[in-house]
Amino acid sequence: MTMHNDMEVVYKKPQTLTDTPMHYCPGCGHGVVHKILMEVIDELGIQSQTVGVAPVGCAVFAYDYMNIDMQEAAHGRASAVATGIKRVLPDKYVFSYQGDGDLAAIGTAETIHTVNRGENILIVFINNAIYGMTGGQMAPTTLDGMITSTSPYGRDVHTMGFPLKITDLVAQLPGAYYVTRQAVYSTQHVRKLKKAITMSFQFQKEKKGTCFIEVVSNCPSGWKMTPVEANQWLEKNMIPFYPLGDLKAPR
Amino acid sequence: MKTDGEKEVRLMKGNEALAEAAFRAGMKAYFGYPITPQSEVMEYLTFHAPEHPDVVVLQAESEVAAINMVYGAAGAGARVMISSSSPGISLMQEGISYMTSAQIPALIVNVQRGGPGLGTIQPSQGDYFQAVKGGGHGDYHLLVLAPASVQEMVDFVIEGFRLTEKYRNPAMILADGALGQMMEKVALPPQGILPPTPAPWATTGKPETRERNILTSLFMEPERMESINLHLQKKYRMMEETEVRYECIGTDDADIILVAFGLMARVCLKVMEIAREKGLKVGLLRPMTLYPFPSAILRKLAESVDAFLTVEMNAGQMVEDVRLSVEGKKPVYFYGRMGGMIPTPEEILEKLFSIVHVQVR
Repeated sequence: MTMHNDMEVVYKKPQTLTDTPMHYCPGCGHGVVHKILMEVIDELGIQSQTVGVAPVGCAVFAYDYMNIDMQEAAHGRASAVATGIKRVLPDKYVFSYQGDGDLAAIGTAETIHTVNRGENILIVFINNAIYGMTGGQMAPTTLDGMITSTSPYGRDVHTMGFPLKITDLVAQLPGAYYVTRQAVYSTQHVRKLKKAITMSFQFQKEKKGTCFIEVVSNCPSGWKMTPVEANQWLEKNMIPFYPLGDLKAPR
Repeated sequence: MKTDGEKEVRLMKGNEALAEAAFRAGMKAYFGYPITPQSEVMEYLTFHAPEHPDVVVLQAESEVAAINMVYGAAGAGARVMISSSSPGISLMQEGISYMTSAQIPALIVNVQRGGPGLGTIQPSQGDYFQAVKGGGHGDYHLLVLAPASVQEMVDFVIEGFRLTEKYRNPAMILADGALGQMMEKVALPPQGILPPTPAPWATTGKPETRERNILTSLFMEPERMESINLHLQKKYRMMEETEVRYECIGTDDADIILVAFGLMARVCLKVMEIAREKGLKVGLLRPMTLYPFPSAILRKLAESVDAFLTVEMNAGQMVEDVRLSVEGKKPVYFYGRMGGMIPTPEEILEKLFSIVHVQVR
């Protein structure tokens, strides 16, 4: 390969993202969110001041890819773990990174109460409407009629419950300072997500309260689609039910 | 204010003395959830929190959340304590298992009540198995300290913090409702009795000068998971070699030895006194650490005595460890009450004399 030393570098991988090959499936949104999160940490120069909390779910190995101090929490407990870290290190940046099963099913109590206390942390919530890691089971956010391995005939909301808009719930809590729903299925949306993450760390620095970012994402493997089909399906089915934009933003 | 040397002497309730000791031992964070009979711990800590502005005291939404806050705060290098009573401790078992694997030190206090289930609010020792055999999933142990007085509710806080940080393994104070509620004279240590332990492994933000610190209990490769287990087992062997603590009273000339921990050891002291007045040579072995268990001394005593009588406020839990230690060399009898009932000296004496009868025959 020829080296082009005279070429201008217009884009590079964030240095806070490790070189470890990601285990995520082709087309999965996790990799993009990881990269954007680390890019923001690079740009803000806060690598040495940030502690992350990984969930149980597909992002369980997040600490393999993020070159920052991290703790791996029990299933659903990431925001409680983040609370513990932040309370003893109030001047550090703390975030939890959680999926829909983790945050909106088994960890619902922790999620609600962490935000209700206004813990000064960032919660990144990846909503792909399915349990990816365990093989595509129904999630609390699985859409009405959506087929998963535990709703093989489609989610019947009368017996299996309704898809939970936990971000709408969280936005009602006084402890929440900034609540927004973003996506990563196009470059335009990636840019908006990056802005939301940057703002959240700024708010955390100013000790404003909990920042909560939902990322409506895909699961090509769990949805049994190609990456392109998954993104098209997401735009057609997920976005109308989980509309993008700020649910609560400082004036 | 009376002082005993450097120590301040007060009349205090066990739960409150334990809470005050935690402040003085340099505790940096406490997370809890109300449950009888230990709610005074968090009440005392929240009341006196303004005197300790650098200490975090937070009431969580559940014991499940509380133990995970402990995981986070202790993982960030803080000296952390949590307290609860039996049903609440059951809820914490998942978090405790994770902490042993991720090697996060913290002091867990169980002021036991009668069970199983929601049980009673009266004192019990029914959580012995849960405390010393692991409690949650996987192969692990906690360092378990069993106080028998309000003074030890204080002393074992300091010892508990010291041990948990030495081994990076959670430690537990296994008390009971009576020890938590009763008032006794207690000598309190001075503030700052225990200097902070360096925690280079903690997640405090990665400087350029070191690799990132990761605290996890997930090791997907079985070879790696086994090596973590082997490391834990090595720590447990080291604890067994160096951290066993017990008290022997009147064991030198004893024909029968009572084995009891915590509150039951206090009752057994009275039993011993009455029995000796009646001419029966009775001694008392009181394990102060339940894990590691004082097996060696029991094995040694088995050479010289006729029998052991283990007395517990449960259906017979520690007695299994006593029997394992004695290895069948001498008979090991048991007497216990359950569900919040405390055996009286008279009941125990009756059992004791029935044993003597058997032994004589």
